[in-house]
Formats: sequence, C-alpha cells, structure tokens
Amino acid sequence: MPQANQTETTTSPAAVPATVTAPRDGPPVIELRGLSVRLAGREVLRDLTCSFSGRTIGLLGPNGAGKSTLINTLLGFWSPSAGSAHVFGSDIRTEAKKIRTLIGYMPENDAFISNMTAVSFIRLMAELSGLPSEAALERAHEALFYVGLGEARYRKLGTYSLGMKQLAKLAQAIAHGPKLLILDEPTNGLDPPARQRMIRLVREMRDSREMHIVLCSHLLRDVEETCEEVVILKQGRVVHYSNLEDERRSNRRFLELELYGDTERFLEAVESLGCESAPGARNRLKLVLAENVEIRDIYNIAAAQNVQLRRVSFRRDTLEDIFLKAMENTNGGL
Amino acid sequence: MAVYKRTYRGYSGAITPSWSRFLVLFRFSRETLFRSKVQTAFFVLCFFFPLLCLLGIYANAHLSVFSFLGRRSEPLLNINGQFFFTYLTVQSTLSFILAAFIGPGLVSPDLANGALTLYLCRPLSRTEYVLGKMSVLVIVLSWITWVPGLLLFAVQASLSGWQWLADNLWIATGIVWGSFIWILILSLLSLALSAWVKWRIAAGGLLLATFWVGAGFAQAINAVLRTKQGYLLDVGNLVAAIWHGLFRDGVNMGFSVTEAWIALLAFCGFCLLLLMRKVKANEVIR
Repeated sequence: MPQANQTETTTSPAAVPATVTAPRDGPPVIELRGLSVRLAGREVLRDLTCSFSGRTIGLLGPNGAGKSTLINTLLGFWSPSAGSAHVFGSDIRTEAKKIRTLIGYMPENDAFISNMTAVSFIRLMAELSGLPSEAALERAHEALFYVGLGEARYRKLGTYSLGMKQLAKLAQAIAHGPKLLILDEPTNGLDPPARQRMIRLVREMRDSREMHIVLCSHLLRDVEETCEEVVILKQGRVVHYSNLEDERRSNRRFLELELYGDTERFLEAVESLGCESAPGARNRLKLVLAENVEIRDIYNIAAAQNVQLRRVSFRRDTLEDIFLKAMENTNGGL
Repeated sequence: MAVYKRTYRGYSGAITPSWSRFLVLFRFSRETLFRSKVQTAFFVLCFFFPLLCLLGIYANAHLSVFSFLGRRSEPLLNINGQFFFTYLTVQSTLSFILAAFIGPGLVSPDLANGALTLYLCRPLSRTEYVLGKMSVLVIVLSWITWVPGLLLFAVQASLSGWQWLADNLWIATGIVWGSFIWILILSLLSLALSAWVKWRIAAGGLLLATFWVGAGFAQAINAVLRTKQGYLLDVGNLVAAIWHGLFRDGVNMGFSVTEAWIALLAFCGFCLLLLMRKVKANEVIR
C-alpha cells in the first residue's frame, strides 16, 4: 500500500530528509532551526529543522540516533554548535532557566536520592522548580497519589522496586505542573501491568490538555499508543515525520477483500461509488474507499450482488512499518 | 485538591524568586545534617573550648574572686592576638573534623544515583547548586569558628572597655577573615572530593588524608631540596601563614604571605575545577 505514506502530513524520508513542519494552529511547542550539536568532536545532531505543535510527540530512532542528545539540548545541558532551538518560543541559548521552569523531565536512567523518602524528594524537586514550600508539599502528595505511590510515599526511595522508581521519576516530573513533559523511555524495565499503568497515565495527562508530552522510546508500541505525532531520527537527522492521527484516519480506508461470486458486477458497483479497486489473484481485491463510503456500504453491495465476502481485512501501516521504511529509505537498510 | 481525586491538574499558583532557589538546597541539606547522633554529639563538643575560653576571659576580669586563695591580682591570661590565634587553631581543627563528617554527605548522594540530572533540569544552575551545598558547610562551620570567636571578643571588649576595643579591633578582623578562609577551603575541598569519590566514608577519609599527605609531601620536599618552599604544598601551613599575618605575631613560615595567598588561590581554583568537572547533568561518553 504505497499510498499510505502519501498523505499531506507524512514526509517521505527520500523527499525531505531533514526538514519537516507539522501543521500548527498556535505557537510551536518545539521549534528547531538548523540545529546541530557536536559532542566529543562528533556531530551528533545535524541540521535539524522541525516544528511541533501536537499534544504528544513521539521521538523514535535506533540507538545512537540522537534522541537523548536532542532532549538534553532542549534542557540546556548541551549547547548547539549551529542553529537554534526554541521551546514555547524561548531560545534555549538565552532563556534556559525560563524553559526549565516550563519543563518536567523524566530521565531514562536512575535518578533518585536513596536515603530520602519519596514525598521529601518530590517536594524538594517541586521547590527547586519554584513552588513555595507548602504548595510543593501538597503537590508532592498529589503527584505520588496520582502515579499510584500514595501508600508508599513515606518509604525511602532506595527501598523502591524498579517499577516504583519509574513512577517516582514520573511524579517528580509532573509535581510542579509543567507545560511540557519529556519522558525518556518511561516504560523501561516495567512488567506488563506496570507498563499498562504508565501508558494509561501518559494518556490521561495527554487528555487533560494541561501539558504537551514528548515521549522518547525505542518501544514503538508505547509511541503508537500514546502519541499524535512521530519523529524518527537516524544518525542525527530527521528521517521521517508523521502525524499518527492522520495516518490512522487515512489507513482506515484501505480494505483487502476475498470474494466468491460475480466479481465483475461487484467491482462495477463499488467503482460507481467512487472507490478505487485493484483486482488481485484468486478473487482477491484491494479497495481504496472513497471519502463518503463506509464499510457497511461494501457489505450492502455484496449482498445486493449476491457476492460472498469470505475475508475482509483492514490493512494499515503500523508504526513498525513506518519505522522500518524510514530506516531502509535513508541509506539502504538497518 | 484532595489526594484521593486522582486526576492530573496543572499548577497556576505563586512561584518563588529565582535567586532564592539555592536556599532550598540549604534547607533540605540542613534537615538531614544532624540525623547522626555522633555528628550531633561532636557538634556540641565543638562548643566546649569556646566555653572554656569564655570562663577564662571572665575569670581574668574578676581576679578579686580568687583573693581568698591568697593570690595576687596578676592576670591569669593575656587576652591578646595570641589568645585568639590559639582559639582559632583549636576551633579550626575541630571544624576540619566536622567538615569531614558533613561535607561528603552533601554531594555524593546526589551523584550516587544520578539525581543531579533532576536538579539541573530545573531552573537551577551548577553554580547555584554548589552555592546551595556550600552554604550548609559555611553556616555550620561558622557556628563553631568566627561566631563564638566574635562573641568572646565582644565579652572581652565589654569587660576591658572601649580603649581595649579600639586598640584590638584588628583581632576581630583576624577572627572573621581567618575563619572565612579556612571555611572556604574546607568547603571547596570536601565538596570536590565527595563529587569524585561517591562513597561518603571514603570521601571523608580522603579529606583527612589530603591534609596529612600534603603535609608529609611538603616535609619530604623540604628535606630533599633543603628549602622551606615545600610548605607551599601544605594547605594547613598556607592557612597558618595567612593567620600569622592577620594576628600580627611576626612568625615566619619560610615563605611570604603573598606567596601563601597565591598558593591558596591556586588550590581553590583546582578544587573548583574538580567540582565543575563532576557537577554536570550528563557526561559525554567518548
């Protein structure tokens, strides 16, 4: 289904390798203009030019693609060697403190003070983000209850399990009510129920519309389940951008059918509704549904033409397909 | 919002001024400071010598109390620069041990499990982080060095009159400056060592060793090269040289006070360099 990647918001890597712009209706959450970052003599990010305004942005890429470097640069940990980056319109070079006030960051690696209780730790972090002492304490309790650590909030962080530490990291990232939440591999090391819980929390926060979320993960399923936009990085470059919502919407209109009966008349009837068809072998048929045609209409035509539909399947590109294509199209394979 | 209402909500309340954030670090570090009973006991012990000095000053001013002993009214103590130099030497030794207890516990827990990233991803610079952690040491060590020292000076001044105060005001300057120099060096060194050696006990031991090894190394250089310039590597001697200058006792350490200042500044610069190399949100893996 080559058409699946030809939507307006999907950028083919071969066509525009490093310049993508998402449709926006407000100031961009993140805007990169020719951003390059050089670390230890190696160019880790190369001439990135992107602009994102979505609620949830997925950052994908193989190991060493530059995902974490991009996050660290947005946080002001690394300085750009060329170009610029803006978060909510603020320049990361000159307004790093202002940006950090707006950001909540959940790092990939362990980040806790083992001999502090969870509530003290979250309170400390909230106060450092600028909350007054009492408000910070209140928010620390709330954040811990929200992520599901309410009962364990007076336990020392050193005694927490890996899953609990992940949740504590999430709690410290949201305690001060950030406008942009950056999650770096949030489901790392979590068992399936804990992963589900984390994904549910991310979705809830997304749906609360109080914040934008950047989710950096190598688990495509996590990104697929939570994100609206996806950016795929490879070797420090943007190799693909897609709006998953649009992808899903467009891909829903692709059908694969297996018929039994008078296929000629069925085809004529379907095409008269404006659908495109591509007959295959053994009574198989691929359909691209017209805008106003629903799947129910196809069933109705089949009933009217006395044609049996022996198999109907939606065929849509999964994020994995998109990811693999992006990887292949840049330099011939993974 | 009640905690049982488990929905996410943003924050739109008041925000503290940016300059005051490092004080948050001071407050949280201070809370954990005296959890150890040994540490608390030692801190209390540090006030015994100033108390003894206070009694000495008081007794010195009230010699008539001892007349029943048949003692002539000669002063028991000479309350002068030498007296306060001795006071500062004793208190600085105690503060050195206290810094070895406290200092390593300030930075190493943040580095041990990567919490530093969480500090620095907030509106807090590396300098503010170091300032916040250092302020704990500066304040605690001040409580046992120049604060009681100035109190003793004030008591002596009140007992001896304005003339004594006017003649000896330089002693108060010596107490404050001498203490500050010592506190600054101890703070920088203990923070730098605890940033590099993440195991708290080892960092404390290394702090003690730095002074002793430095002194030993200085002695070795002096013996081999038949000079006194080796003392420039001994931080304790460098501080002592500056103190001798501040308390005007004319003791020659074998090098000038200017040389001592330059060596100490270089030492502080080295500690800052060590500290800044480790106090980072992320390290570049080459």
